[in-house]
Amino acid sequence: MSSSYVAPLPDPRLATDPWRASTVAIRAVRPEVEGVSTYDLAFQDEAVRASYRFAPGQFNMLYLPGAGEIAISISDDPRNTATCAHTIRVAGNVTRTLAGMKVGDTLGLRGPFGTSWPLAECIGRDVVLVTGGIGLAPIRPAICALLHQRRQFGRLNLLYGARSPDTLLYAREYDDWSERGLIVHTTVDRSALGWMGNVGVVTLLLERLRSFDPRNTVLFCCGPEVMMRFTVLTALNRGMSPEQIWISMERNMQCAVGLCGHCQLGPDFICKDGPVFRYDRIAPFLDVEGL
Amino acid sequence: MTTSTAVKSKERFLSKEAFAQLFTVLRDHGYTVIGPTIDQEAIVYDRIHSVDDLPLGWTDEQAPGSYRLKPRDDEALFGYVVGPHSWKRFLFPPEATIAEANKTDAGWQFEGTTDDPPKFAFLGVRACELAAMRVQDRVFLSGAYVDPIYQRRRSRSLVIAVNCTQAASTCFCTSMRTGPQCTSGYDLVLTELASGFVIDAATAEGADILDSLETTVALIETQQEARAARQQAVQQIERRMDTTDIRDLLLSNLEHPRWSHVAERCLSCTNCTMVCPTCFCSSVKEVSDLSGEHVERQRHWDSCFNFDFSYMNGGNVRDNTRSRYRQWLTHKLSSWIDQFGTSGCVGCGRCITWCPVGIDLTEEVAAIRGDVP
Repeated sequence: MSSSYVAPLPDPRLATDPWRASTVAIRAVRPEVEGVSTYDLAFQDEAVRASYRFAPGQFNMLYLPGAGEIAISISDDPRNTATCAHTIRVAGNVTRTLAGMKVGDTLGLRGPFGTSWPLAECIGRDVVLVTGGIGLAPIRPAICALLHQRRQFGRLNLLYGARSPDTLLYAREYDDWSERGLIVHTTVDRSALGWMGNVGVVTLLLERLRSFDPRNTVLFCCGPEVMMRFTVLTALNRGMSPEQIWISMERNMQCAVGLCGHCQLGPDFICKDGPVFRYDRIAPFLDVEGL
Repeated sequence: MTTSTAVKSKERFLSKEAFAQLFTVLRDHGYTVIGPTIDQEAIVYDRIHSVDDLPLGWTDEQAPGSYRLKPRDDEALFGYVVGPHSWKRFLFPPEATIAEANKTDAGWQFEGTTDDPPKFAFLGVRACELAAMRVQDRVFLSGAYVDPIYQRRRSRSLVIAVNCTQAASTCFCTSMRTGPQCTSGYDLVLTELASGFVIDAATAEGADILDSLETTVALIETQQEARAARQQAVQQIERRMDTTDIRDLLLSNLEHPRWSHVAERCLSCTNCTMVCPTCFCSSVKEVSDLSGEHVERQRHWDSCFNFDFSYMNGGNVRDNTRSRYRQWLTHKLSSWIDQFGTSGCVGCGRCITWCPVGIDLTEEVAAIRGDVP
């Protein structure tokens, strides 16, 4: 396993200013589904571009001066060093401002931050990726990494649920993923004319998944919290243990480095102890309402 | 405390008259003195210039939800306990510009903080406040990421501690093992007596300043008198908090009915977090000039008691007072230990005094422990 897939940690002795952003320019904007686009961002400074590395599951802080700053998961192939893709849904002030920007415009980027998917633990094992909605975006770098070293892993299954057929993210890539050895299962909450696939919640796909060896599987999950809770329940029911399940959490973040206090969940800072957690670590706090 | 090397203890006596020279000596060493002074009927920490700015002959009377200044029957300069301020406001300022953005022909360009604080000399730091600085050092300096503003301010500051010789009814530093005696984390330490001070240095910088003052040998009797004065503070501390297994106690009682009980009294006003010497939560706002081409990112103190502190995806995770009080107390006393290897509470009692409805965290902990009905 390439060491570049492990989340890089800063060296505190270098004492870099965690608040200082780097300039990035929008190189391309790809509309994905309604209200969601992927932005390819490129560092202006050649030295920053050359040294930038991220691990699948990590996030960046994107800063639009005057509008604000938001945490966005990185959606790119970790081997791509020219630009860095972020798939973003218009949800608030910053994302709306971003949606009005065009190729060539600049913004600030801090990162990467946080923990990453445990790809090294997947060697020699089956991997099930369970995602919902835009939760596929933080999983995409893991898909790229798994497929890049496909032979190292057992069966790879993606179980993906979206609201409707026209909101299935990255649909144009499914054929390529399938050809390279990832079995793509999709389901939608609401069917539409011409849809011949599954209808229902994504946990049904996990319940029905065949050729499933619970003792030799690693499960990554990313989506709305309620969906992740039921996914974990289903996985446990199917015989997996909490140590084999990894989830990606979301909370209000401002600093991304554990200094502002916003993203706490029990003893953890989602920004630096997460966003990717092994389920058993966070389980005691996940079900407590309002924690 | 400055970063200069440690020196061996050597107690000296500093008369009240000679104490006045301290301000000149500190100025000569390039320090801006921050110390206790009276403002708006409270003893606060602010820039001071001479002995005349100190709260001579005043003390504070504290109880849950109550703080009053009272005249003393002597001329003590440090005859109070702690007020609403803590030194955190000078190390982790309530408002600070953490970054800047400027629009140029090459697009947006970004700068880090340009914070350039003076060298502070903190005069009158209590043992619980030394502990609070150690706690915030863990928060801002010990992790993989360091806060540049805190780091710069902290490394330049001189700490002149003053031992407590009395306690407020809200004090419980003995329970948190942080006081009342100052044991480390200072450059100079004083114990105030009627005739003057027993003074000692703990660092080379402190010793250098001490050498510039007119001091005499601290007689055995004077040293004994200082010890007795310090012991008086220990004896006056009545409030207790049982910290046995407190990390697990609170985190295993997240659905305890006491959280609803306290939520009925708590106003979610944020006072406790504002006066707390260790609370570090903050938010960032964008401050733009009229052209929109120069933007400052201003960090300001925030509080887990604010409604929108946990805002996410169109809602607030902690959307009621019960969940917000629980977050504050469990963080302060429990999860802080996971995060920083220390309690977030130093037992200063400020949150008790400055709570408008007098909520007392020691009582809340006792209730969850089942010690009170």
